[in-house]
Amino acid sequence: MPKITYIDHEGNERTVEAKSGESVMEAAIKNSIPGIDADCGGACACATCHVYVDKAFMDKVGEQQEMEKSMLDFAENVQDNSRLSCQITVSDALDGLRVTTPESQH
Amino acid sequence: MDLSEAAQIVLIGGGQAAAQAVQSLRMGGYAGRLILVGDEPVLPYQRPPLSKAYMKGEFAEERLFFKPGAWYEDNGVELILSTRAVKIDRAAQVVELEHGGTLNYDALILCTGSRPRALPVKGADLENVFDLRGLADVERIQPNMVTGRKLVIVGAGYIGLEAAAVARQMGLEVTVLEMADRVLARVTSPTMSAFYEKEHRAQGVTILTGAQLDHLEGKDGKVSAAVLADGTSIPADIVLAGIGILPNIELAKDAGLTIDNGIATDRDAHTSDPRIFAAGDCASRPLVHFGRTGRLESVHNALEQGKLAAAAILGKPRPPEDCPWFWSDQYDLKLQIAGLNQGHDEIVVRGNPDERKFAVFYLRNGTLIAVDAVNSPPEFLASKKLIMTGAKIAPDMLKDTSINMKDIAAAAATA
Repeated sequence: MPKITYIDHEGNERTVEAKSGESVMEAAIKNSIPGIDADCGGACACATCHVYVDKAFMDKVGEQQEMEKSMLDFAENVQDNSRLSCQITVSDALDGLRVTTPESQH
Repeated sequence: MDLSEAAQIVLIGGGQAAAQAVQSLRMGGYAGRLILVGDEPVLPYQRPPLSKAYMKGEFAEERLFFKPGAWYEDNGVELILSTRAVKIDRAAQVVELEHGGTLNYDALILCTGSRPRALPVKGADLENVFDLRGLADVERIQPNMVTGRKLVIVGAGYIGLEAAAVARQMGLEVTVLEMADRVLARVTSPTMSAFYEKEHRAQGVTILTGAQLDHLEGKDGKVSAAVLADGTSIPADIVLAGIGILPNIELAKDAGLTIDNGIATDRDAHTSDPRIFAAGDCASRPLVHFGRTGRLESVHNALEQGKLAAAAILGKPRPPEDCPWFWSDQYDLKLQIAGLNQGHDEIVVRGNPDERKFAVFYLRNGTLIAVDAVNSPPEFLASKKLIMTGAKIAPDMLKDTSINMKDIAAAAATA
């Protein structure tokens, strides 16, 4: 099972085993990773699952759809590697993925 | 009342509000016994996908559950499923369960949710007449979601229209009956109603407004037609009722708690008994940005009141009370709603509905109070913040799509 490491804004790391097919957001919620709210449960409706993707994985996490892009545009502290974690699907290719959560999702 | 020394907390109900409260209590450091009593046989799950991707078979069941079973064990949350609470003895601080057995509590959180309003017509008890509220409902409906079958949906609210969209995409023949003169009449403006009617008709859904269902006809015990008051008979293999929900307040009412449409709460989700809290669809709460109380049927509300109740019990600062929000997915249309539009005196449309990307803003005395945004996240997200600040916004600016929402928000903030 692919391993994903979540790093909070203070630098604390938590690594979980995710399942292929679920989203990076779902793996976080099921493992009680702090820093990801995901109020809408993955419908790309709320922009509260913002993460920064490790640069080494940027070409592996897939393209952003239009909806995600315009949602992220209104998130706080957006960077080039910002993504909504509900829109990244876990696969073997993402084994070792590292994402950092922002200080606040609101 | 200081409940920070509580040693036993009981939650009644296993939906979104209860799942959030449990999580917030444990994450907030509560170390005592935590017991969740739910009347469904499954772990707490999210309901929104039931009328959307899950109904369509595009969303695995295990993804509905907020947490895997192991999480509850690991976090010392005792689940009593398939069980109703039948009585609250407030003096003794005891909840009685239907199969016998009692639970003491130091604090009690009522997350009893709501139930679909039953079709008040003859034939409503025929086979293949369904509600859509829980996982068990979808399990009953799904085998009937077969290409070519005739589905009649009673009620053109969000549930009805989402189900209509899914059914059309699965190849069913769909008729939607609505008593009012337009779809979504209870919740949105004529502009939005006209847009959604047009979309559904373009997808092949038959929408009958001003349609009064008289009764359902059956054959061999199964529904066969929906008959309107004017005598029109619409053949039906399946009927789905989506005519609203009723809050489950009976337990609270019988216990003598104050009821105000829902179980009345203060800002911190306390009911009229300081040891008892209410959260989610069943609760009627102060809507602080709108100067009134009300009952909200939404994920946002369930999450927020779950957090408020947990914080109040733990003696922690009150979590933020966000702008109410909601969403609906139909076909490739994402509708995002912020605020509450009741009491608006002006409507501003930004963008062109024909482009399937537009927003309808609702203002009162020049202040933004709500938005319905179709495929328009910037309008939704900017409004969500603006509604809370109560800033005045010039309608001409809102209308002008050459000014982006960030600039509109910035101008409103400094006005």
